[in-house]
Amino acid sequence: MTGKLDDRITFLGRRLGVFLLTVWTSATLIFIIPRLAPGDPIAAMIARMSQQSGYVENADKIIEGWRERFGLNDPPTIQYVRYLGNLFHFDLGYSMASFPATVSVMIGRALPWTVGLSLVSILATFLIGNFVGALLAWQKTPRWIKLCIPPTMIFTSIPGMLAAVALLYIFSFQLHRWLGLSAPLFPLRGAYGRGLEPGVSWSFILSVIHHGILPVTSIVLVRFGYWALGMRGMMITVEGEDYMHLARAKGLRPFYILYRYMIRNAILPQITGLALSLGTMVGGQVLVEIIFSYPGMGTLIYTAVRNQDFPVIQGATFIIIVGTATAVLLIDLLYPLIDPRISHQGN
Amino acid sequence: MTEPTQTSPIRDEDKLDTTTSPESAQVYDPDNQDSSQEQTSSLNRWDTPWFNWKLISGIAIVGMIVLIGIFGRFLWDTELVYVGKCPLNLPPVGFENSRGQTGTWAHPFGTENSGRDMLALTIIGAPNSLLVGFVAATIGIGIGILLGFISGFIGGLTDDLIRLLAGITITVPSLLVLIIIQSLVEQIGLFTMATLLAAFAWPGPTLVIRGQVMSMRESGYVQMARLSGASPLRIMFGEIMPNLLPFLAASFIGSVSGSILAAVGLETLGLGPQRVPTLGGTLYFALEAAALLRNMWWWLGIPIFILSLIFMGFLLINLGLDEIANPRLRKATE
Repeated sequence: MTGKLDDRITFLGRRLGVFLLTVWTSATLIFIIPRLAPGDPIAAMIARMSQQSGYVENADKIIEGWRERFGLNDPPTIQYVRYLGNLFHFDLGYSMASFPATVSVMIGRALPWTVGLSLVSILATFLIGNFVGALLAWQKTPRWIKLCIPPTMIFTSIPGMLAAVALLYIFSFQLHRWLGLSAPLFPLRGAYGRGLEPGVSWSFILSVIHHGILPVTSIVLVRFGYWALGMRGMMITVEGEDYMHLARAKGLRPFYILYRYMIRNAILPQITGLALSLGTMVGGQVLVEIIFSYPGMGTLIYTAVRNQDFPVIQGATFIIIVGTATAVLLIDLLYPLIDPRISHQGN
Repeated sequence: MTEPTQTSPIRDEDKLDTTTSPESAQVYDPDNQDSSQEQTSSLNRWDTPWFNWKLISGIAIVGMIVLIGIFGRFLWDTELVYVGKCPLNLPPVGFENSRGQTGTWAHPFGTENSGRDMLALTIIGAPNSLLVGFVAATIGIGIGILLGFISGFIGGLTDDLIRLLAGITITVPSLLVLIIIQSLVEQIGLFTMATLLAAFAWPGPTLVIRGQVMSMRESGYVQMARLSGASPLRIMFGEIMPNLLPFLAASFIGSVSGSILAAVGLETLGLGPQRVPTLGGTLYFALEAAALLRNMWWWLGIPIFILSLIFMGFLLINLGLDEIANPRLRKATE
């Protein structure tokens, strides 16, 4: 028994080590990359200021002041240590574009939307994809279903962003005109209606759902095929097993066999896949968010890129990397609970 | 796939799952019943597994886009791809824009708001996307082969280090790091972008190849080669490599479409090459100019259609290769 416990502690230690290394590497990259780039961020900021207002008085003094303020006059090693220390308690600095706001506050506002959108779309994709895959492999499925579904899976390859633009065009710009309605069927942008106060009220929740349908659909549309293909493969493997013959010989109803015998056994590897895709939850669908101006991390980064707001770009990227690494760590630790055949000792 | 010391058992398995199903290990087993049956029944030379409609139609789609890129240049004036060469905001032939202008054959795909011809954009932009994908994937696979063989063949500390590095790189969302890099670099060319993308394309192939090399290292024919005094290099590239070809092909196609996806993502954010017309860059300008609100559907629709064709083509090629490498999958679809 003690040997087993030791193994587990070793495994835990190794996984934690990889996690910390990942976070540290990405933090270091985020620190180094901007400093390798040619040019001085502060000088660039002043240049932008002068572009907007024509002339900046005492630019030298401003530059010196900012350099002092951000500690850019210190040697790089001290800057690096200070930077890591700040990261440790999630002090990500101030936004350059919307100055008094701190990066942490901006991320705190954006993160729930991204996590909510990703969670809903990942779960919906999982359910729909596996159901479709099971139907494709099941012998009792009506023929027309088997003929109709495969062509839709061609969407699987398309980036979600492209599907998002297509859906947005059809459902928010065109369909109501063709149908002769006055208002678009789905809203063009955002996560909830204008003028609504976020809170627990029916009008707000309904508005969030209404705004979420198109983004979720565009993600589901391009992702469900992966699950369906995997599920179909597993179902075909299960089909040949002895217990299937027994179940049929017992005269069980076909749907009961499908649900209790086939899907039950075929779903295990799929659940592993689900756990893995939950790891991408925080990184989410950056580009889909941008298309719908969904107020999540993707849009935050996009706006920051356009404003050259480096603290926000770096902070948001760091948080997403930490989120992804944490999810992967948790999955690795919880994995033996999902599939008892895999133990920490391997094999 | 039976390694006791996985740093991360799930991730490696996931990587392998994209190209192999649990039963695919049997493909290389000479005594495998499936493949021997396959051989006896394949008297007809048209009955080869390579005659797979998914693979063929995928290659046809991608080939068509390459051909458009090559021959389009001779058939259409590609100078029209630059700003201000054409009338603004013209719709494609047979349509009418919101100002009541109708499309002309001078610009069959229409034009956008700074006077670029959409047909010329397609002819120049589509091959550029493919080029970025191929360059990035070639570099990525090259690194993957090198590191995968080193890792699987030498083992020990080297193996641990390479696996750790690959594990870290996979966890980091590449699009985000690329966003940081590109937002700092003012100008970027196609090849620079491809090289940056390749920096994130290697871990997948590395892990897949490593796993395969490890399982083949102890197989009979490799030991035979070793006994007969073949050098490690000869064993790696003469004996093991040919057996890895289906994996390499699938992995390569996967990285090509992955790299194109990342490139299009960056371009759509406005972080792609600015001097070269690209499909993603067209999307960026269209989104910037609120093309949808102005009902200029062709501006977004044409790049999206071409990109979708490219991605579908690669998906079909990959599915086809999967079926060729995995006889069971083939039977299930028939």
